[in-house]
Amino acid sequence: MEVFKKTKGLTDAQFHYCPGCTHGIIHRLVAESLEELGVLDKTVGVASVGCSVFSYNYFNCDMVQAAHGRAPAVATGIKRAKPDNIVFTYQGDGDLAAIGTAETVHSAARNENITIIFVNNAIYGMTGGQMAPTTLPQQVTQTSPYGRDVTVVGYPVKVCEMLSQIDGASYVERVAVNNVRNINKAKKAIKKAFQNQIDKKGFSLIEVLSTCPTNWGKSPVDALKWLEENMQTYYPLGVYKDKYAQEENK
Amino acid sequence: MAKVTFNEDKCKGCGLCVTACPKKIVSLSKRMNSKGYHPAEVVNQDACIGCASCAMMCPDVVITVER
Amino acid sequence: MAEKVLMKGNEALAEAAIVAGCRHYFGYPITPQTEVAAYMAKRMPKIGGTFLQAESEIAAINMVLGASAAGVRSMTSSSSPGISLKSEGISYMAGCDLPAVIVNVERGGPGLGGIQPSQSDYYQATKGGGHGDYHLIVLAPASVQEMFSMTIKGFDLADKYRMPLMILTDGTIGQMMEPVSIDQVQVNTYEKPWAACGRGNRDHRNIVNSLSLNAPELEQWNFDRYKRYEIVKKEEVMYEEFMMEDAEICVVAFGIASRVSKNAIVEARKNGIKVGMIRPITLWPFPEEALKKAAEKVKSFISVELSMGQMIDDIKLAINCSKPVTLCNRTGGVIMSPQEVYEAIEKAAK
Repeated sequence: MEVFKKTKGLTDAQFHYCPGCTHGIIHRLVAESLEELGVLDKTVGVASVGCSVFSYNYFNCDMVQAAHGRAPAVATGIKRAKPDNIVFTYQGDGDLAAIGTAETVHSAARNENITIIFVNNAIYGMTGGQMAPTTLPQQVTQTSPYGRDVTVVGYPVKVCEMLSQIDGASYVERVAVNNVRNINKAKKAIKKAFQNQIDKKGFSLIEVLSTCPTNWGKSPVDALKWLEENMQTYYPLGVYKDKYAQEENK
Repeated sequence: MAKVTFNEDKCKGCGLCVTACPKKIVSLSKRMNSKGYHPAEVVNQDACIGCASCAMMCPDVVITVER
Repeated sequence: MAEKVLMKGNEALAEAAIVAGCRHYFGYPITPQTEVAAYMAKRMPKIGGTFLQAESEIAAINMVLGASAAGVRSMTSSSSPGISLKSEGISYMAGCDLPAVIVNVERGGPGLGGIQPSQSDYYQATKGGGHGDYHLIVLAPASVQEMFSMTIKGFDLADKYRMPLMILTDGTIGQMMEPVSIDQVQVNTYEKPWAACGRGNRDHRNIVNSLSLNAPELEQWNFDRYKRYEIVKKEEVMYEEFMMEDAEICVVAFGIASRVSKNAIVEARKNGIKVGMIRPITLWPFPEEALKKAAEKVKSFISVELSMGQMIDDIKLAINCSKPVTLCNRTGGVIMSPQEVYEAIEKAAK
């Protein structure tokens, strides 16, 4: 009996990601969720700009490639045109929390019935390791070579905390994929976000803390450790908003 | 009896499965695959408990686990 | 007899979109096109359509992109500064071969400019506007009736050629009221087997995408697109000829400038000046052949436009500079009077 095999939610194409980059794990969790919920044939994914720009090659469903930061707007258009489709975006931190901040905030405010998978690795990976909106204070990147100086370039954006203050947002959770336990939790959150969409519960965003061994200048294994020791303390894991759980508990 | 299979040619040798294995039976091979990476392999298949931790951790989804 | 109703240009355009089967409108308020959004906000909920006021022009065009990618007729409207913001999305739509109707009710520029009528986005509309090799089909209505008919035609052409299409008009045509005949309209529909709307029973995935890091592949995409553009240039040019039979002077004007010009031409004819007009209705593709033919007969051309002189370049190119082309223009939101056009005609006749 097979206890683990590759999901049909992924194509046969090999990921272009660097060795040890956890994008691949997150792809798998999204794809498995879609397969298990039986919605692959009616799902439309929206790829963003950044390392995950080619995600349309990997998710085994219809895909649309969006401009930098605009994925939630594109997803809104698809969902409004075809409300029975399951629509998700897969975006990195530069895409979602810098250039696409307005699209993110307003799709949440509209309680748009879409699922956003937000991959936060605290750096711009595709362009070679520049400072991201989520780069930690003091973190060294190509464009913060002396460490992020918050007195000059300001503080990181905490997306889940921000969106939890928006009435429209239904479900906002931050997870990580740095060990098996966290990966299991991440899977649950991602699957719930899609289930919410199926149940027409509105806007869900799952922020996934992820690694970038190449641009962090660390081995894949050390990167997992760095995530836990540095990112998880600045970006605590947990459910930031669950409108329906709140209502159930009342 | 559990069995772990690696799609060796797609393995990038990142080693995340090595750290994930509770039985410490996964290691990187001295061989090179067609991409020039040292692929992961199980050194003691008999000790495998089929927990699939290695597969859960693998970013390239190259591992199949049977029990 | 055809039913006639009195409508504002912007409203006629919005109603036409609905008649054409558009049920998804995404917009953002900006003067002088806001009537389009207001009309859609009123009508769409009553007919099961979507009106959505986006957070920005950028979001609106990307919502149009999403809806169009999913296979439905979709539309946005804006005015000059808003179109600049939409240019990114328009380029992506061209690169993805997605149809849509984008309306620009032009106002004076550059920058925030003013809110009075203008035609100074001609370059932006006809030469691409955003980045990369692409064209939009550009239609320039000159009456409220044409706002209606060109919008219906626009949805048809956009779907037929899988191209974003722009209706380039101005504050005057958008705001003026005229009687419109709105019945007896033929609406064509097109199969969209390429749409990303869930795989269903299809044996392949649909991917809507403008990205390729493989240069020869991207080049081939552009070649293929330009082959389609050549068909559009051959098949879809529209223009009106006015008093051109014996004309010695040819006025070229579109939109509101063509209406001002008509008055001046009628006056000039009364005084024995043999002048006519070619009014491009498609600004891209530009009526090059019509102008080339006119150049064999007329002594000179006058480009009448509400800009510092943009369309004049296309006139010169079309006639290969074989005849003099003069410019009669106002800009920044000022419309020339018929008298000013008359004087330009008189000067050309000397």
